[in-house]
Amino acid sequence: MAALTREETEALIQEVLEIYPEQAKKDRAKHLAVNDQSLEKSNKCITSNRKSLPGVMTIRGCAYAGSKGVVWGPIKDMIHISHGPVGCGQYSRAGRRNYYVGTTGVNTFGTMNFTSDFTEKDIVFGGDKKLAKIITEIEGLFPLHKGISIQSECPIGLIGDDIEAVAKKGNKEIGKPVVPVRCEGFRGVSQSLGHHIANDAIRDWVLGNRDGDDSFPTTPYDVAVIGDYNIGGDAWASRTLLEEMGLRVVAQWSGDGTLAEIENTPKVKLNLIHCYRSMNYIARHMEEKYKIPWIEYNFFGPTKIAESLRRIASHFDETIQAGAEKVIAKYQAEYEAVIAKYKPRLEGKRVMLYIGGLRPRHVIGAYEDLGMEVVGTGYEFGHNDDYDRTIKEMGNATLLYDDVTGYEFEEFVKRVQPDLIGSGIKEKYIFQKMGVPFRQMHSWDYSGPYHGYDGFAIFARDMDMTINNPCWKQVKAPWKTDASSDAVKVAA
Amino acid sequence: MPSVMLKKNPEGKLIFYVPKKDLEEVAESVEFDTADKWGGEVVLADGSKYFFEPIAPPDFPITLRAKRVDSGED
Repeated sequence: MAALTREETEALIQEVLEIYPEQAKKDRAKHLAVNDQSLEKSNKCITSNRKSLPGVMTIRGCAYAGSKGVVWGPIKDMIHISHGPVGCGQYSRAGRRNYYVGTTGVNTFGTMNFTSDFTEKDIVFGGDKKLAKIITEIEGLFPLHKGISIQSECPIGLIGDDIEAVAKKGNKEIGKPVVPVRCEGFRGVSQSLGHHIANDAIRDWVLGNRDGDDSFPTTPYDVAVIGDYNIGGDAWASRTLLEEMGLRVVAQWSGDGTLAEIENTPKVKLNLIHCYRSMNYIARHMEEKYKIPWIEYNFFGPTKIAESLRRIASHFDETIQAGAEKVIAKYQAEYEAVIAKYKPRLEGKRVMLYIGGLRPRHVIGAYEDLGMEVVGTGYEFGHNDDYDRTIKEMGNATLLYDDVTGYEFEEFVKRVQPDLIGSGIKEKYIFQKMGVPFRQMHSWDYSGPYHGYDGFAIFARDMDMTINNPCWKQVKAPWKTDASSDAVKVAA
Repeated sequence: MPSVMLKKNPEGKLIFYVPKKDLEEVAESVEFDTADKWGGEVVLADGSKYFFEPIAPPDFPITLRAKRVDSGED
């Protein structure tokens, strides 16, 4: 199907909005837009980071998900207590595939679930005593942990427990950082506020721990990788490139990261931000307090990787700049072979994306390297500044949708008829049943890594095996295919 | 009275960032920007104006309180 023109896309949005009642229609219209590359600012065309309307199917998460699941959870040598009823922690346990090295249960705790398991009694009489007891028990059972974070679930804020006081007492008792995080799920409109709260907690309770302590030897080439959660090994694939060009990666935030790495981050020379949405807050804070500059980079697809490596190198001296060129040259044969193999199979395929807060714009380059075209993109919980950065990445007259509802997404797909959809688990089966190839772009569909040159090869393979999978021809029942189709001929 | 995070971009221009509003904008002009005085009315690229109490030139990046002068559009 040919690409839609601007008028057609606008008409499509109007058509989709038609089904809503007046008020909802007015509200949703602000979140759907046709991309216009001539715009400098997204607030002229799209509204984001607003409360979802009751009754529509949003796929957003909550502040607890943003803090425990995204920012704090991957810090592997800390124990993160899901403070409240048991479900929040249990159903988010180990689902995000933040890989790490270590012996789980001994010195790392990434895939374990620690919860205070609130019951009626705790709601009525308060859970502070129980929390204090948990801290003592953790110290006894897991003496090699480096610190504890208390991730509040909804009831903590509602019943007014003073987790800060318990944390301070616990800190004195065990002599390790105990961080209270006020990330109750009801705060904010999506997980995005959870990221912010988590960043603020790191700022207030962890980041300054080693101020004035110069025992950590620094080099002029120290950097921190911020906002890479090591999904399927992403941070490792990124880290190797940085190290090959001569930089020293002091900290990984927070995939496969440790508390010590985070405490040492104020000593680096440059902060590299991958996931801008979830960690720009802490980068801005470090810029102000420690005068550490930060830059955004993008390690999806060879074009963006080369661009990013050169931009990172421009902040350092000639040895690093030469190192960047060396890295690009080293992998050139490798990624050209990947493109040569998969581009003919994927060229011209059209993709619709709907992901969280970064990838809707970051993966566009990787698809374009494979000759594919992104015809629609949207953020679950992006803010205005994310859309500002998206407008230039997307083609003219493509669809932009913010916090898209289940209904809207389905209708867009029916009309735009993309060859591939990249979104999350909640969307996956709807579209597969509609017969549209689908990749999960949150968890890489249990594959990965997708970052770096190594990741690009896996990315290309995965996209190919999804789009060109013979199963899509089998989705329609044989008696429903037209007489001319192969299935009928074989049967006859 | 929003808190504004101010920093210089590589081109030496002032970047104006309001965390609460996700407003990230280049400042087109600053009323007082001399060796001994900084502040006054700041006009952003999108046309909105903010006012800073004039102070001794600060060390950027820094967070300061600003007053909205002209709401522009919103």
